[in-house]
Amino acid sequence: MSNAQPIIKTTDLGQRLNGRDVLRNINLRIDRGEVFALIGPTGSGKTTLLRLLDLIDSPSQGKVYFDGTDVTESVRQRLETRRRMAFVLQKPVVFNTSVYENIAYGLKWRGMSRDNIRSRLDEVLEMVDLADFRKRNARMLSGGEVQRVAIARAIATEPEVLLLDEPTANLDPVSTAKIEELITNIIQRYHTTIVMATHDMSQGQRLADRVGMLLDGEILQTGDWREVFNTPQSREMANFVGVENIIDGVVQSSENNVVTIGTDDSVIEAVSDCAAGEQVHACIRSEEVTLALSRHSTSARNTFSGEIARIITTGPVARVEIDCGFRLVALVTKRSVEEMALETGKQVYASFKATAVHVIRQD
Amino acid sequence: MTELWDGFTKAIELIVSLDPEVMQIAGRSLAFAATSCVIAALISLPLGSIIHFNNFFGKRLLINVIQTLYSVPTVAVGLFVYVLLSRSGPLGGLGFLFSPPAIIIGQVLLVIPIITGLTITALSGVDRTVTDTAISLGASRFQAATLLTREARFAILAGLIMGFGRVISEVGLSLMVGGNISGFTRTLTTAISLETSKGELELALALGIILIAIALVVNITLNRLQQR
Ligand SMILES: Nc1ncnc2c1ncn2[C@@H]1O[C@H](COP(=O)(O)OP(=O)(O)OP(=O)(O)O)[C@@H](O)[C@H]1O
Ligand SMILES: [Mg+2]
Repeated sequence: MSNAQPIIKTTDLGQRLNGRDVLRNINLRIDRGEVFALIGPTGSGKTTLLRLLDLIDSPSQGKVYFDGTDVTESVRQRLETRRRMAFVLQKPVVFNTSVYENIAYGLKWRGMSRDNIRSRLDEVLEMVDLADFRKRNARMLSGGEVQRVAIARAIATEPEVLLLDEPTANLDPVSTAKIEELITNIIQRYHTTIVMATHDMSQGQRLADRVGMLLDGEILQTGDWREVFNTPQSREMANFVGVENIIDGVVQSSENNVVTIGTDDSVIEAVSDCAAGEQVHACIRSEEVTLALSRHSTSARNTFSGEIARIITTGPVARVEIDCGFRLVALVTKRSVEEMALETGKQVYASFKATAVHVIRQD
Repeated sequence: MTELWDGFTKAIELIVSLDPEVMQIAGRSLAFAATSCVIAALISLPLGSIIHFNNFFGKRLLINVIQTLYSVPTVAVGLFVYVLLSRSGPLGGLGFLFSPPAIIIGQVLLVIPIITGLTITALSGVDRTVTDTAISLGASRFQAATLLTREARFAILAGLIMGFGRVISEVGLSLMVGGNISGFTRTLTTAISLETSKGELELALALGIILIAIALVVNITLNRLQQR
């Protein structure tokens, strides 16, 4: 797959808006048929990047290649290339006309005949489940329906690349599920290459083959969802993918990929190839931390005693904050909170395995 | 007071009986205003689009000037057209002065700023995302501009109607370059001013009521469009 020509490639792409570098050094390659999710918090530059990929805006730096051709400059080439893609904007707007005419626009602009448009639209309308709405004015539709019109309008043109900007933001769970199902159907039916922006990690996981983590205008990491989720490569990324325990320390010893990390006044064992003397962040997901009332009930390498500082229960799980020299958060079931009679001020033993620690080198 | 009341009832009579002279004057007024607005629209709509869709030095200033000209005094335009068309003026050879073409030329000049300005306002009132959406769906610049104009159609139409309201009710210009010639260039407004000065109050009132009725229709239409 990666030997073939990527459908989209960017080199050192950058965008400067109002004197601020909103995007820097974006080197992306998207393969044909791939579903790629750009994940990043609000303001990280997802929309800005998608606008560059769709050739709506021109970058202040770097180049965009489409199917091997540099399409950064020529106006005509940009229009032709744009016609091979479709972009569903973050806040989709519909034109003040019927649902049918809305969806027909992209095809009309490409010079398709009325009859061909009709047969194409019959298929698309049925696919997005809007066949009964075809004559309705699109301005009268609900948010979820507008989103479906926007997607229909995009796929009607049979794009080689479909760009989706937060396709389910501001939708309720039912509409979200419907849109995600629709995207899945598009992937199966047309094998369209998809680049989608989302700030929802789990949506990236559900839909994408590969994710790219965007933070402050830079792509910090790309790869398989699991890899990005479990082995973030920076403190910011760890934070963003929801690692609650990030403890700073220095590697004291290293033997057979097992390291001991000295923190302020404790030592953590971890599996890592870092060498002695390196400054690191030790990342431990809160669900990997287990609690016990006595030291002997655990075989984990890292066990710390401490006092419970706070317990926050949400539904069936509880977040327990323990003060054991450093602050450690454990995610336990509400049931174990009751069984062990955990409460603020109680002494407990918190432990986690050496393999549960993900070590990041500090820069 | 009774004089006014008598005048009012007589005026109603003149209107209900479709008095030929009253109808002729009203018809002429409508014809002049409509012709002027159509010609002005043919110039202003493309002009407004060109100004809106292009970025150039002094654009902001130009728009400010256009908006200032919304309220240019009708007599000022009248004077300008008079000088232009008078026998010794640059277009004097056309012999248009004191004839319908003179009124129409003046009215066109009078409303070009209004229609152009309101077209620009209408186009900028359309959500920026509409243009982005069109571009992203593969529209060329021209196709996107056409769509945007379509999206702004009600606001643009409102501008046209505003222009119509301005020309149908102006008097200074028609009087100066039309000459208020009976059966030729006499319009509702010039007739009202003449009849009033002659003391023919019922005729003046009848014409005034018709003018108000036209203004009312224009306003109602405008309000309806703005509610879209
Ligand atoms: N036209 C612009 N001029 C100046 N700054 C801009 C412009 N557009 C975006 N920005 C800034 O660039 C940054 C990135 O914006 P962008 O919309 O790409 O973020 P995003 O990741 O899509 O966020 P969200 O998840 O909220 O949609 C933001 O800080 C934003 O304020
Ligand atoms: Mg965005």
